[in-house]
Amino acid sequence: MQKMMPASDGALPPPVDVRELRKVYRDIAAVDGVSFALERGAITALLGGNGAGKTTTISMLMGLVVPTSGVARVLGVDMARERHKVLHRMNFESPYVDVPMRLTVRQNLEVFGRLYGVRDLKGRIAYAADDFRLTDLLDRPYGKLSAGQKTRVSLAKALLNDPELLLLDEPTASLDPDTADWVRTKLELYCRGRGATVVLASHNMAEVERLADRVLMLEKGRMIADETPEELIKRFGRANLEEVFLAIARRDADGAKDAGGAS
Amino acid sequence: MTVQPPAGSHASPLGEQTSLAASARRVYGLILRYWYVIRSSWPRTAELIYWPLVQMLMWGFLQSYLAQTASFAAKAAGLFIGAVLLWDILVRSQLGFAVAFLEEIWSRNLGHLMMSPLRPAELVAALIAVSLIKLLVAMVPVALLAYFFFGFNVLGLGIAFAAFFANLVIMSWSLGLVSTGVVLRWGLGAESFAWLVVFVFLPLCCVYYPVATLPGWLQPVALALPPTYVFEGLRGVVLEGAFVGHLMVKSFVLNLVYFAAGCAVFAYFLQSARVNGTLVQMGE
Repeated sequence: MQKMMPASDGALPPPVDVRELRKVYRDIAAVDGVSFALERGAITALLGGNGAGKTTTISMLMGLVVPTSGVARVLGVDMARERHKVLHRMNFESPYVDVPMRLTVRQNLEVFGRLYGVRDLKGRIAYAADDFRLTDLLDRPYGKLSAGQKTRVSLAKALLNDPELLLLDEPTASLDPDTADWVRTKLELYCRGRGATVVLASHNMAEVERLADRVLMLEKGRMIADETPEELIKRFGRANLEEVFLAIARRDADGAKDAGGAS
Repeated sequence: MTVQPPAGSHASPLGEQTSLAASARRVYGLILRYWYVIRSSWPRTAELIYWPLVQMLMWGFLQSYLAQTASFAAKAAGLFIGAVLLWDILVRSQLGFAVAFLEEIWSRNLGHLMMSPLRPAELVAALIAVSLIKLLVAMVPVALLAYFFFGFNVLGLGIAFAAFFANLVIMSWSLGLVSTGVVLRWGLGAESFAWLVVFVFLPLCCVYYPVATLPGWLQPVALALPPTYVFEGLRGVVLEGAFVGHLMVKSFVLNLVYFAAGCAVFAYFLQSARVNGTLVQMGE
């Protein structure tokens, strides 16, 4: 394991440390002055409606998008400038990003294993295949798998390098309830067992309630909530996170209607 | 049977990341990815060979016909066939480079690659290697066809062929860098640029005629392009039996400038894609 860079006081820096992050496309602020720091080993949900700025925030954490201003530090490194120093210590999973369709599951894991520099790759692939129930699928092309099987392959790929930081973009989207539950359990076991830090973007509030230690809620690029799911539910006086989400979304809609009526 | 985690699984499973060997391992990993794609589909392999074969047949038969009817063509046996072969080296190598990159967008895999520890220079190295592999797959059958059907032995050009080949593939990589940079910045809307950019060089590089054929104002443009010297050199070898070394040196020097410019353009557009957010919208 490569050592974390200690902060000046000797303590390890937070795995994710975001300060006044802002991203403007033309004249639209997709992310507008967001700040937060994540604790090691915590699962943090990034919530918000469509266009709230979740994907842009995650993209800046991966270094795929350069902030207009502010800084996104991951594992102690400014991702806009030095992302390659830490990319091998993190990984990413999203149903909206595929691995090559024509390659078999084994070939895909082999290719990504080499890109990440995984030692004892054959053993690691065998272990991942067993862990994610992929052994019988190893020699089938990825493109011919079902949605649930593809998710299992993507997760196996995402955990192949034993990441300290895992970025998940709607990991259970379009999965049946049984497969989705299996995926959540798997993620929970990995994160708690490994002490990995997880950033989870999801529209599934039940999933967030089950997995997340903390919720960051974005609206129009701004942070409007940063607390535990329980605190958020209590503050809004609702029964669950789904109702909180709807209350926030409809508050905006009502506000828009009021504004329309006033004019 | 339950598979046991690899020994020492609480330690990191990762090897060293910063050495030249680690870099070579990542490049090899990506070359494997493209090799598996080529290997998995015989229609793709056939597609690589199809057009160069058709071109060779057409120009080969044309040359055979002209040789019976025109004294110049009879004297210049192999001129058209050699030009077709060399032109296809430029085209196939550039397309091999660009299409390998487009595969990443078509398969929605670019996000995974860009998120992986693969460096941009390693991506370029892998694309160069893949362009060479695809070039060999495409051109070996064509060279054999030229030899057995039309009696043109490309290897008979000797050292000249090595110089022609090197100068053409370096130019193709420069074009590949620019075209993939454009696709990185503007997405699949600019895909046709990657397919077509090389063809502007067909008239300008004087593939089938001497530079003197061009109007005076266009000749400096032709002479600023490295492949022009290759095709002039080919005519020198075929028509006069003389390999003019200084033409290849000029081509090589120009190629160094073009390749450096290609790398700069690729790096600029990659950074521009990160600023404009197009890197995460690829394939959409």
